Amino acid sequence: MADSTTMAAPTEGHNPALLHHFAEPQQQRDAASLGMWIFLATEVMFFGGLFCAYLIYRLKYFGEFAAASQQLSVKLGGTNTVVLICSSLTVVLAVWAVQHAKRTLLLGSLVATIILGFCFLGIKAVEYREKFEKHHVPGPSFQFANVPVPGHPDLMANPYHAQMYFSLYFVMTGLHALHMIIGIGFFAWLLWAAYKGRFTPEYYTPLEMGGLYWHFVDIVWIYLFPLLYLIDLRK
Amino acid sequence: MSDHSSSEHSSSLGLYFLIWAALLAGTGLTIFAATVNLGPFNAAVALIIATTKALLVALFFMHIRGASEKLLKLVVISTIFFLFILLALSMADFGTRLWS
Repeated sequence: MADSTTMAAPTEGHNPALLHHFAEPQQQRDAASLGMWIFLATEVMFFGGLFCAYLIYRLKYFGEFAAASQQLSVKLGGTNTVVLICSSLTVVLAVWAVQHAKRTLLLGSLVATIILGFCFLGIKAVEYREKFEKHHVPGPSFQFANVPVPGHPDLMANPYHAQMYFSLYFVMTGLHALHMIIGIGFFAWLLWAAYKGRFTPEYYTPLEMGGLYWHFVDIVWIYLFPLLYLIDLRK
Repeated sequence: MSDHSSSEHSSSLGLYFLIWAALLAGTGLTIFAATVNLGPFNAAVALIIATTKALLVALFFMHIRGASEKLLKLVVISTIFFLFILLALSMADFGTRLWS
């Protein structure tokens, strides 16, 4: 019977980043990616249910959805879209930097990603604050009186139907913002680990997985922006 | 370095910046398209642009294009398939409800 400590001990030429139950680094990376993508599949279905609810109520109450959507600021929403796209770029730069062992670029990209993440949340907070001030938050104080339906100046939007839009708006953007907060937390840990020199061109799996998560959150926003901010803006 | 690892690292910085520029252009395009009267096609155009952007992110930033593992591509395709079932069957139900 071989002692378990001698079996686990690194043999000559053994890659310290390679866990002993994997045959080669490529297999280890593929296993991690596969697990992450299965997690992202559950996330797609999770957000998918909300998109489905949105789709049904949008078809049912299109006029109110358009009227309520036009209370949002396309400028702020568009800025946030640009902020997220730029953060996705800094994430791929971080992965590229670790692949090419460029430490300064790696740390700089991670810091930039975290800053852009906070920019997104800050702009989101400004938008939420405006919703509270205008009483557009669903609940007893919700007000949406005398807002005409776009294209029908004489037809006033039904406040109950508009409230449905704002409920979906807050749940969808709120869950998205929660994902952003988790992402920023994870990237803060990645920054710390990268600063400590944990990642090498041979082993950077946590950074790659964090990147997949961040890009997924970006993709969710890519759909949320036109669906929530740009309903029936045509002139 | 073997050919395998060099092809895995082949995504160049130039390509990343190109995709980034395309995503920014897509954002501008979707805002512009929303203000043009296309009748019933406004929503379709917005979704086509969003899906194109999502594909760019998934293929190039999330490295689906260079993925060597076929199982991973299967997971991605089945995710899209199940999302399609969720949306299509719900819409088939909602769209044919004569009683509501």
